[in-house]
Amino acid sequence: MSTLTLTDVSKVYPGSSERSVDDVSMAIKDGEIIALLGSSGCGKTSTLRMVAGFESVTSGTIRIGDTVINRLKPSERNVAMAFEGYALYPPLKVRDNIAFSLLRGRTAKAEIDRRVKAVSDMLELGPMLEKFPPNLSGGQQQRVSLARALVRDASAYLLDEPMSQLEPQLRALLRARIKDHMTLHRMTTVIVTHDQTEAIALSDRVAVMDKGLLQQFGTPEDLRERPANLFVASFIGEPPMNLYTAEVGGGELVVLDERGTPAFRIPCQPGEFAGRRRLSIGIRPHRVHLGAPGNGAAGGSDALIPGEVLSNHWLGDHSHAGIGIGGCFLIAVADRHVEAGVGSQVVLRIPRDAIHIFDDETGLAVAHGLSA
Amino acid sequence: MSSQLLRALRIVLMVMVGLFFLFPLLWVVLMSFMTNVDILRSPPSPFFVPTLRNYLALISGHLSTSSGNVQIDYMHNLLNSVILSVCSVVVSLILGVPAAYAFARYKFRGGEDMAFTLLSFRFAPPLLVLLPLLGYFQTLHLYDTYFGLVWVYQLITLPLVLWIVRGYFEDVSEDIELAYRLDGHGWLATFFKISIPLARPGIAAAGLLSFIFAWNNFIFALILGSSDVQPVTVGALAFITASGIEYGQIAAALVLSVIPTLVLAIFTQRYLVEGLSLGAIKG
Repeated sequence: MSTLTLTDVSKVYPGSSERSVDDVSMAIKDGEIIALLGSSGCGKTSTLRMVAGFESVTSGTIRIGDTVINRLKPSERNVAMAFEGYALYPPLKVRDNIAFSLLRGRTAKAEIDRRVKAVSDMLELGPMLEKFPPNLSGGQQQRVSLARALVRDASAYLLDEPMSQLEPQLRALLRARIKDHMTLHRMTTVIVTHDQTEAIALSDRVAVMDKGLLQQFGTPEDLRERPANLFVASFIGEPPMNLYTAEVGGGELVVLDERGTPAFRIPCQPGEFAGRRRLSIGIRPHRVHLGAPGNGAAGGSDALIPGEVLSNHWLGDHSHAGIGIGGCFLIAVADRHVEAGVGSQVVLRIPRDAIHIFDDETGLAVAHGLSA
Repeated sequence: MSSQLLRALRIVLMVMVGLFFLFPLLWVVLMSFMTNVDILRSPPSPFFVPTLRNYLALISGHLSTSSGNVQIDYMHNLLNSVILSVCSVVVSLILGVPAAYAFARYKFRGGEDMAFTLLSFRFAPPLLVLLPLLGYFQTLHLYDTYFGLVWVYQLITLPLVLWIVRGYFEDVSEDIELAYRLDGHGWLATFFKISIPLARPGIAAAGLLSFIFAWNNFIFALILGSSDVQPVTVGALAFITASGIEYGQIAAALVLSVIPTLVLAIFTQRYLVEGLSLGAIKG
């Protein structure tokens, strides 16, 4: 229930020359829920452990409210954490594990009982309160660990992979409940996860990390519609964004296949990318419309590109179609059953605002959508 | 084969193994109630008139042999054994448990080398070290003192405590300690309230093992002390007298010297079993 501000925070582990966390800055608002998203080794857990005080900060400052906490002991920071490995006390019952931190703070017995009951009801832990942690399944232990963090009155809550072991149904239910709980109590929360669905479902903003660097920190919509660079573009979204190299011609972008031969063309305003020769372009699979040849007239100013269906899978509620265009391969997702069989010809309609342009060398975003 | 036959076979085999290991012990217990004449009878017979003479001699300290009375100080030796073993184990636990924690949790320069050096004390034949050590002990006036012997006993007990307890600390997830610290407790409180209780079965096992090793030690006290500080293992030598070997008293001495370790093992058995099953209940 406080702001959490990281300013130019870096971490270099002893004996390593690389920065595991490299100049990460982010300002987390009071009551905001954010997710640190990235693959293993991207520095997200190191960042979390620096906030908790388990790792020293090599350079930069971390503030809770206006207080710099860099040099404070973990016990003085007033943060709560749910560990990836649960870290429950084996000799204590589940109830006592959850109540443990409250017992120290002179909280009245009735109040402790009330809070333990509230949080264990929320996490469906009622029947397990009198059991011992070693007798619980992984998913149950994880919920106890989560309850132990959420029951506290902390300035910030750090959740490391909080739902990785839960069954899908329970996970969906608890996600909603936990999010409501955190919003209601204005809990400033940092969630570390490698699961983007979870990051997007739980958090107000998502920080994408790779190789120790903060790649982008924005709302889920920002990440999807306005990825800051090629890494974010390819990391966010399932299936990932289609990415190609293109040459800038007069009034069109010539998309090249892997061998560098032109595969298809996308019209653009003459002079729109003047001064550039090559670009990277990205197209979200969900934004590509599939149509039968001959229906092209409805396209308006959108790019219309003929292609051949190479694969077509119905996944129960949407279709994944693999389309060959010259030497390029494009994945399109439709939320309806696509009739086109393998080998049939189709026309792809790609809305102009669904084409993302990135610098070929730096990978930074140049434009999201072509001008009409 | 029927399961009943298998069961019978298993019982027979277990009795055989049990006899193999326990027979010498049983024979020693029987011997301790025999006179030397009964013991040396050939062929040996399990039928004899039991006597408490051996025990009485040990406890009173007067040993009457064919060539006259000999004073022996067995009860004093027994007390020495207790003092030396208990002090050695206590010192080892006080030094070894925090050291084991440091070796388990922190990587520091030379840490592994230090741990290995401590282990290597167990490789060297003790005699090799003892003769030069005798010289030092005489110069430092440590010869024939409890302090000196307890110090040397650390060569036996400290590596055991260190290496066994280290393994237990490594098995305890560091996150449990971190969680406790986040709840607002300092490092020291975490060490005493979380780390040590979770490693308790290991600490008990290490303590018991090193107690047994210390109790059974013979050579250190033989060379570095006089009968004032010598334990039962050395004290038993007094029964090899000018007029012959007093087998009965040796057996009785053995029985008396086994009792403390046996009692200790029975009382700490719960921890030993817990220690062995700790791996199974870890989250």
